[in-house]
Amino acid sequence: MDIAEKIISGDIRSVARLIRDIDDNVPGSREVLKDLYPSTGKAYVVGITGSPGVGKSTLVDQMVTHLRADGKTVGVLAVDPTSPFSGGAILGDRVRMQRHSMDEGVFIRSMATRGYFGGITQSTRSAIDVLDAMGKDCIIVETVGVGQDEIDIVQSADTTIIVLVPGMGDDVQALKAGILEIGNIFVINKADREGADRTVNDIRLMIEMDEKRYKDGWKPPILTAQAVFDKGIIEILDEIDKHRKHLESSAKIQSMRKYEKVRNDLSEMIKDKIIRDVFDEIINSGEFETTLQSIIKGETDPYTACDTIVSKKLKKGAA
Amino acid sequence: MNQKRKIRILVAKPGLDGHDRGARIIARTYRDAGFEVVYSGLHQTPEEVVQAAIQEDVDMIGLSSLAGAHMYLFPRVVELLHEKGADDIVVCGGGIFPEEDIPKLKKAGIKELFTPGTPLDKVVKWVEENVKPRG
Repeated sequence: MDIAEKIISGDIRSVARLIRDIDDNVPGSREVLKDLYPSTGKAYVVGITGSPGVGKSTLVDQMVTHLRADGKTVGVLAVDPTSPFSGGAILGDRVRMQRHSMDEGVFIRSMATRGYFGGITQSTRSAIDVLDAMGKDCIIVETVGVGQDEIDIVQSADTTIIVLVPGMGDDVQALKAGILEIGNIFVINKADREGADRTVNDIRLMIEMDEKRYKDGWKPPILTAQAVFDKGIIEILDEIDKHRKHLESSAKIQSMRKYEKVRNDLSEMIKDKIIRDVFDEIINSGEFETTLQSIIKGETDPYTACDTIVSKKLKKGAA
Repeated sequence: MNQKRKIRILVAKPGLDGHDRGARIIARTYRDAGFEVVYSGLHQTPEEVVQAAIQEDVDMIGLSSLAGAHMYLFPRVVELLHEKGADDIVVCGGGIFPEEDIPKLKKAGIKELFTPGTPLDKVVKWVEENVKPRG
């Protein structure tokens, strides 16, 4: 059996290793992904995002429990940040989910951002495909908890959940662009805390004022939860189901989503490849260093230098 | 370009011991050395530790124990790795162990043991010298 066949048959070791190879950019992993692609597209992907400490991991843990009780198999990808100084990382989301580690129907993988922004990485996108091909019914992606602009998840997930907690700033925060615009479902976690009603109202106001954006017929529900006490989790799963039915209700929505997803996947992949193949080569070249020096000495400016380097590189690439 | 393989390490606390200050300091030290560290938290069974190590595809497991059950827990982890065909994962331990236990643990397949007072740079150096990221 080759690696792709092993993965499709659900072999955990092969899955784990392939995700590692993808993360480490081992050339052979790309070939396996090509073989796996026809087996993808069956899993339902849920993205969970929100600031650090709002309870994303705990929420995921509880959702896994309920999904398993329904007999669904689950894959979890939990992303944590890479240290910009050492390149190392502490991946701690697993702490909250460790009770599922003996369950054969659950596969949990921690991933580091490795310098990517946007909350998830190119490797995460590929890892979703791997867990999809291995046959998981539902894949939950927990993004790195950063804050206001980590919106890449929306392109990879069927349903995106924004988790908030009471008391994280006034209603102006809710008006800002970014993360709050991408939610299909809002969850106010730690809802026993003071100010939960206020937060619900702030989000409701934001949604009501933006009616025209929900013209496809889905208006994001706002739910309250206390993930630690397993309160409100069933309701969240119900809303995910409703959102799924909504997406599947019209062929127009489906084909539009498919187009958006493929478009995003391909453009991100191209971007990633250009960065790896072209950008890294420029950065590691001797010419880059000498250019730096001449900018420091005042012989040229970075704008001119940039134009020179890029046009030279691109012409060479085309030839 | 080919990104260099990154060393991945699982730091785990098997058994009923609730003191994880040491494990956290080690996790941080590894992070600062440029390794990716999966921390799985307190009160793990050896089975859970091994399952996590396989799902996370780590190169090494660092076990921490301060409660005296290391003579069962540590060899059990090595045994389970063997059963799963994952002998290539290096196991080492840190914590409080009687002198005479250390050779026994090494014989059982724990590659190195670190006791209180070990300088942190020594712990990092040991990983760099003894743990090879998967080729």
